[in-house]
Amino acid sequence: MRHTKRTIALFLATLMMTAALSACSGGKGNETSTQPPAETPNADNNSAEPVMGGDLTVGIAQDLDDSLDPHKMVSAGTREVMFNVFEGLVKPDTAGNLNPAVASDVEISETGDTFTFTLRDDVLFHNGNPVTVKDVNYSLSRVAGLDTGKPLIDEFSAVESIDTPDDKTVVIKLKEPNIEFLASLTAAIIPDGSDPTADMIGTGPFKFVSRSPQDNIILEKFDGYWGTPAYVDKVTYKIIDNAEALIMSLKGGALDLVAHLTSAQVKELGDNFTVAEGTMNLVQAVYLNNNVEPFNNMKVRQALSYAIDRNAIMDYLADGRGTAVGSSMYPAFKKYFRPELVDHYKYDAEKAKQLLADVGYPEGFDMTITVPSNYKPHVETAEVVAQQMKAIGVTVDIQTVDWETWLSEVYQGRNYQSTIIGVDASTMTASAMLKRFTSDSGSNFVNFSDPEYDKVFKEAVACTDDAEQIELYGELQTILTKNAANLYIQDLCDLVAMGNGVKGYEFYPLYVMDMSKVYFTK
Amino acid sequence: MRYVLKKAGIFILTLLAISLIVFIAFQVIPGDPTTRMLGTQATPEKVAALREELGLNKPGIVRYFNWLTDFLKGDFGSSYTYHMPVNELISGKLSITAALTGMSFLMVLAISFPLGILRARFAHSIPDRIAMVFNQIIMSIPSFFIGIIFTYVFGLVFKFFTPGDFVQRAENPAAFWGYMVFPALAIAIPKSAMVVKLLRSSMIREMSEDYVRTAYSRGNSRWQVLRSHVMRNAIIPVVTFLAVTLVDIVAGSIIIEQVFAIPGLGRLLMTSIIGRDLPVVQTIIMIISIAVITVNYIADISYKYIDPRIRFR
Amino acid sequence: MRKTPNYNLIFGCTLTAITVSVIVLGFFWTPFDPDAMSSAEKSMAPSLKHLLGTDNFGRDILSRVMEGAGTTLSIAFLAVSIGATFGTIIGALTGYFGGTADEIIMRINDAITAFPSILLALVAVSITGGGKTNIIIVLGILFIPSFARVVRGEFAKQRDMDYVKNAKLMGVRHTRIMFVHILPNIAPVLLSAVAIGFNNAVLAEASMSFLGVGIRPTESASLGRMLLDSQAYLFSAPWQALSAGCAISILILGFSLISEGASYRPMWRPTTKRRRK
Repeated sequence: MRHTKRTIALFLATLMMTAALSACSGGKGNETSTQPPAETPNADNNSAEPVMGGDLTVGIAQDLDDSLDPHKMVSAGTREVMFNVFEGLVKPDTAGNLNPAVASDVEISETGDTFTFTLRDDVLFHNGNPVTVKDVNYSLSRVAGLDTGKPLIDEFSAVESIDTPDDKTVVIKLKEPNIEFLASLTAAIIPDGSDPTADMIGTGPFKFVSRSPQDNIILEKFDGYWGTPAYVDKVTYKIIDNAEALIMSLKGGALDLVAHLTSAQVKELGDNFTVAEGTMNLVQAVYLNNNVEPFNNMKVRQALSYAIDRNAIMDYLADGRGTAVGSSMYPAFKKYFRPELVDHYKYDAEKAKQLLADVGYPEGFDMTITVPSNYKPHVETAEVVAQQMKAIGVTVDIQTVDWETWLSEVYQGRNYQSTIIGVDASTMTASAMLKRFTSDSGSNFVNFSDPEYDKVFKEAVACTDDAEQIELYGELQTILTKNAANLYIQDLCDLVAMGNGVKGYEFYPLYVMDMSKVYFTK
Repeated sequence: MRYVLKKAGIFILTLLAISLIVFIAFQVIPGDPTTRMLGTQATPEKVAALREELGLNKPGIVRYFNWLTDFLKGDFGSSYTYHMPVNELISGKLSITAALTGMSFLMVLAISFPLGILRARFAHSIPDRIAMVFNQIIMSIPSFFIGIIFTYVFGLVFKFFTPGDFVQRAENPAAFWGYMVFPALAIAIPKSAMVVKLLRSSMIREMSEDYVRTAYSRGNSRWQVLRSHVMRNAIIPVVTFLAVTLVDIVAGSIIIEQVFAIPGLGRLLMTSIIGRDLPVVQTIIMIISIAVITVNYIADISYKYIDPRIRFR
Repeated sequence: MRKTPNYNLIFGCTLTAITVSVIVLGFFWTPFDPDAMSSAEKSMAPSLKHLLGTDNFGRDILSRVMEGAGTTLSIAFLAVSIGATFGTIIGALTGYFGGTADEIIMRINDAITAFPSILLALVAVSITGGGKTNIIIVLGILFIPSFARVVRGEFAKQRDMDYVKNAKLMGVRHTRIMFVHILPNIAPVLLSAVAIGFNNAVLAEASMSFLGVGIRPTESASLGRMLLDSQAYLFSAPWQALSAGCAISILILGFSLISEGASYRPMWRPTTKRRRK
């Protein structure tokens, strides 16, 4: 068997993102950004030098109400924090490439179903022990559920076997070719035999110190880290689930850094704060249940698409911040994103009215948008959309529900007419972003069904050639847009505010907060 | 003795009833802890596996009795969301809420008794009338609004404290108590106004009694009469009210925790209800119930201490 | 015999009359559409155009306060109606007839009233998921015991009075005695209880909405919710918090003055005998 060696980075670009669904978990937030980290310093001084050391206090709005087991954690908020503690064989960087981490090198067979990793020499666990193939085998077997038959992470159901031919090499064989699987190998490596809910030992730049639910999580700099060490000595995440109190603490100086702020909140802060702007890496849209009247009619969906004024929505929500999207792919996914789809339906209320009249709704109709109440931007978007729909005679009733009801009724029950939510990617591959729209996908909550789409998707996943795969994924997005599967709106903006001279925050195309790059100045 | 037994019986019955109501409510309402835990990654298999892991697939009656027997043994179960024992989860929060409640209650006593007595002593004077107007207004301001005003005035304008900068007691006791001052005061102020009013009217009523006239006739000064005769009788209705107040302060602290971002029982209770985390909800409600019933019981007993004329039936 | 005019009742009624007329006006007319947003007029300080300023969406705060107070008041009205109706019936029956049923119901009553009603309401509403209807039902049910207790006490007192005994001798039916003969006599006490009920309902609704479990943002504006939202803009736009908070306080003040006034005479008449149970 001939192996083609490629550098992971190269490869990666292709793979990025397995979009697991993360319908921007309601208030849980599953988003991040990838825009070039545009620092818009309210206060100047890019000249300020990084200082080593210091205790950083970060405010987070969502509690880590989840298992801290790195293989079981579901919520994006938990992953965002634990990104600093755990690492996989590979690790994403800010550009969206997968770089070697615990492994120093990877080879992918030309058949696309065998991954051979060479371990890095000097990687230590937080308990001081070096990482061996045994640890890797234990971790990945645990995730793949090789003993129990129940994989902890869905993508790992594709794993057929894990072998360790020598004490530096790990070979993972898949049941079917899937070059995008590499992105799943960011799964945490933990010590052989350890119980991660009790021990929390990883290989990341920070080690876990303590957790107090609804109060804080404390991490400490790990001195034995193999890569670029962190600047700060200690990171305390303070959980303040009252958005108002969060802003006041930041303003009062009790917090050094808060992410995922709205532009109104940032305005409240005033000067003296460094604000970094990115996007959340999600696709916010009015998701339409393609199975119910009148949205089972493509013409109606297209008509409504013309009635959405994306710029007006962004003006209201975030003073114009955010990036318009035209299909189920967000711009940070540069390789796959099709900019020409953004303006496929240019705002034109008259045309929308005309089209509606053509298909038999000259008087418009009534529609219900179900929105999770805990996720403010979506509720606010719904309010603006309602006004825009009024202009073409469509009366919108906004129904807000709590996140649990949304999950069970809308997402799992598919018992709704339309909803506004952000759908994002939890890992870096294109397929997960698009997989949900295949007819038989369990997460196809919009009930989109198109034989052509299913066919192309199959081809795309099986494809082992980068360029061809990109082309196929592009085609899928075009199908979604042309069919007006949903009323696409935008990728929301994500603002990070830093006070007390803190700088250095960088956005990832994933929902993570990398604290190792953040530093104090002066 | 019979009294004690009867009280204890009612005590236990009440707790049983409450726990049963909470349990049934959680069976009836829509929503399941697995919904939130699995979020958008839920599949029927995962839900089934998780329900099995949490023991949710057993019939309701079995689960209730399991919970009850464990509870009696002191095992409060394990939180669905946090995967940690409820005892461990709650102990830290309980001490925070208890500290806030206790501090606030002491403030109520410290503020209301001197003011109430002063106002009774100078009843119907001009200052008393002015005070009455303010008293009535202050009573009508909800504690959370006072909390917001404090945050603005003392936190943002004068910077006496940093809103949101809560510190654990173990970490820095001085900072912990310091941070608690304004939240405690926010709860205490409207409550104190009520106690002042009650104490004043109760004392005025007593002062028109015959024994007071007798006391004056023996040559006692007004202050002496107030202190050693009137106070003792006037305080009886106030004690009942203080019991109610103490219990109200517990409720108030749950709301105030939200204003000042204090990680106490209240926040845990609200999020656990929303997350359908029954073991946590049950335990917190049991703790609050026990506290409420005990406070009322203590109030009953203290009548006897204050007023020997009252005999228990 | 009164020493002074009943200022509490006078001021309470005046204040409540004013607020209620503003609220009723709000049902038909508000200066602006309470939900109309305007990106050009975000967070504006009070001015002649917007008397209480605008919020972070450019919505007119005065209009929202009017709508929110209206919602609060209608919730309070319905909840108190439920509580007063059922509470009066239960209290009348138990107080008039007495017996074992009376004993049991009053024990249950005691157990419920031992708990702070706001706490019970918060827990119940967050379990049921919030929204206007749930709030009304929960508060209504929670108010029953306190009305029942007050009414029962009065009925127990009245039932041994001569006029009741006479009526019985004349063969008047029990229901007629209870609701035609006795009920009007306890009206002042009931009025005070109703005012306290309004007071508690306003406070409870505001607290729930303030904690985010009460009225849903899309149902209607709500004073508690406005106070919650305003916290984020406390420094740059304190008028948001002040408007909502003062509106809540004024509503409560009106009702508490009325309840005070209604129970005024027995408290203050210097000849009142000491009552001790």
